[in-house]
Amino acid sequence: MDKAEQKTGLFSVATALFVRDIRLAARRSTDVFNPLVFFVIVVSLFPLGVGPEPNQLQLMAPGVIWVAALLATMISLDRLFSHDFETGSLEQIVLAPQPLTLIIFAKIAAHWTLTGLPLVILMPLVAMQMNMTTDMIYISFLTLIIGTPILSLIGAIGAALTIGLRGGGVLVSLLVLPLYTPVLIFGAGAISASAQGFSPDAHLSLLGAFLALSLTFAPLAAAAAVRVSLD
Amino acid sequence: MLEITNLSCVRGDKPLIEGLSFDVSEGQLLHITGRNGAGKTTLLRCLCGLSSPAAGQISWLGQNIDTNKDAYHAQMAYVGHLNGHQGELTAVENLDFARALGGAHTEITVTDTLKKLGLYNSRLLPTKFLSQGQQRRLALARLLVQERKLWIMDEPFVALDTESTTLLEGIVSDHIKNGGLAILTSHHALNLTQSRQLNIDRG
Repeated sequence: MDKAEQKTGLFSVATALFVRDIRLAARRSTDVFNPLVFFVIVVSLFPLGVGPEPNQLQLMAPGVIWVAALLATMISLDRLFSHDFETGSLEQIVLAPQPLTLIIFAKIAAHWTLTGLPLVILMPLVAMQMNMTTDMIYISFLTLIIGTPILSLIGAIGAALTIGLRGGGVLVSLLVLPLYTPVLIFGAGAISASAQGFSPDAHLSLLGAFLALSLTFAPLAAAAAVRVSLD
Repeated sequence: MLEITNLSCVRGDKPLIEGLSFDVSEGQLLHITGRNGAGKTTLLRCLCGLSSPAAGQISWLGQNIDTNKDAYHAQMAYVGHLNGHQGELTAVENLDFARALGGAHTEITVTDTLKKLGLYNSRLLPTKFLSQGQQRRLALARLLVQERKLWIMDEPFVALDTESTTLLEGIVSDHIKNGGLAILTSHHALNLTQSRQLNIDRG
C-alpha cells in the first residue's frame, strides 16, 4: 500500500465510523433527545423557581446556561462507548488496522455533532427565557461553540476509563467534573464580562487554548484508556 | 507464521496458562480444547492482541505482534463470544462498516457473502430481529469480507444449526486450502481432516 492510498484509507475509516455513529443515533433517537430535553427543562425551571425578576434572571443566565449544558453533556457520555462495548463492536474497532486515536477522534466528533451542536442551536431559545440580550446570546453562542467540543473531548477520556463498569455514570462525573470546571468558569465568565461591558476576548482566548490542548491530547488519552479497559 | 513461545496468561489474579508454546503455519488449523474456565478465551484474546500476555512472546512472521500491531491486525480477523455488530443496523450496513474498518479494498462483495451464508433475504432487516444463529452467521460473514490471512474464532459453532455448521466447516476448510491459518476453540468435534488439537488443561 503506498502513502496516498494509505491516507485515503485513514480518511475513509474515520468517515465510515462517523456516518455509522450518526446513523445509529438516528435509529436510537431517545439517546439523542434525552440530554437536549434535560437542557431545556433545567433552564426553563429557573425562572419558575427563582421568580420572574428580569434583572436577576439576566444576572444568573450565563451560569445557568453553562451548568445545564455541562450536565447535559455528562448525561450523554455514557452512550459514547457502552453500546459498542456490550455488542462486541468495540473489540472489532480496537482490532482495526488503523490508528485507534483517529478512530476514537471520529467517535468524539460524532458525539459532539449529536450533543454539543444541538445544544448550541437550542441555546438562543432558552436564553430568551433568561432575559438575555442579543449581545449576550451572541457571546454565549461563541463560548458554547468553542466550549462544547472540549466537553466531548475530555468526557471521552472519562467514558473510556469506565467502560464496562457498573455504576460507571457516577464515576464518570467524579472523574470528569474537575476537568470541566475551568471550561465552566471561563465560558460563563465570558458572557458575564460582556454583559458588564468588558471585553470577553481574554476568556474566549483561554477557552480556545483549552480546545487546542484537548484536541491534541484527549483522543490519545481516550484511545489508551479504551485499550486498558478492554484488556 | 504465528509462533507462540513460553506464553503465560493471567486473568484477574489467577494464572490460567503457563509456559505454553506452539506454532501455526500456512494451511494449518489449530483446534484449542480445554474444560470450562481453562483459559481458552483469554488465550485467544492474547493471540489477537486485545490483552497483553503476562509473559512470553507471540510473533507473526518472526516479529513480535506488539512491535507493529496495525500490520498484524491487517492480516488477522477475530470473531469473539460477542458477535460485534450493532442491532439497529442492517446486515448490509454492518458488513459495509466491517469492510471499511479493514481499510483495504477486498474482492468479495457484501451481496455475495450474504448469499453464501443464507442471509440475503434478511439483509435489510435491523440485525436485532435476526435469530441467534443468523446473528452468528453474520459475525462469520465478517471473516469473508475482510479477507484476512489468520482467522481467530472463539466458539464459532455456538447457536449454529447442523446445516450452518457444515457450511462453516466448508468455509474454514477452503480458507485453509488457500493457504490461510485458523485458530478456533470449540466443544464440537470438528469434521475437518486438517485440524490439529491442542489441549490447554493443566495438571
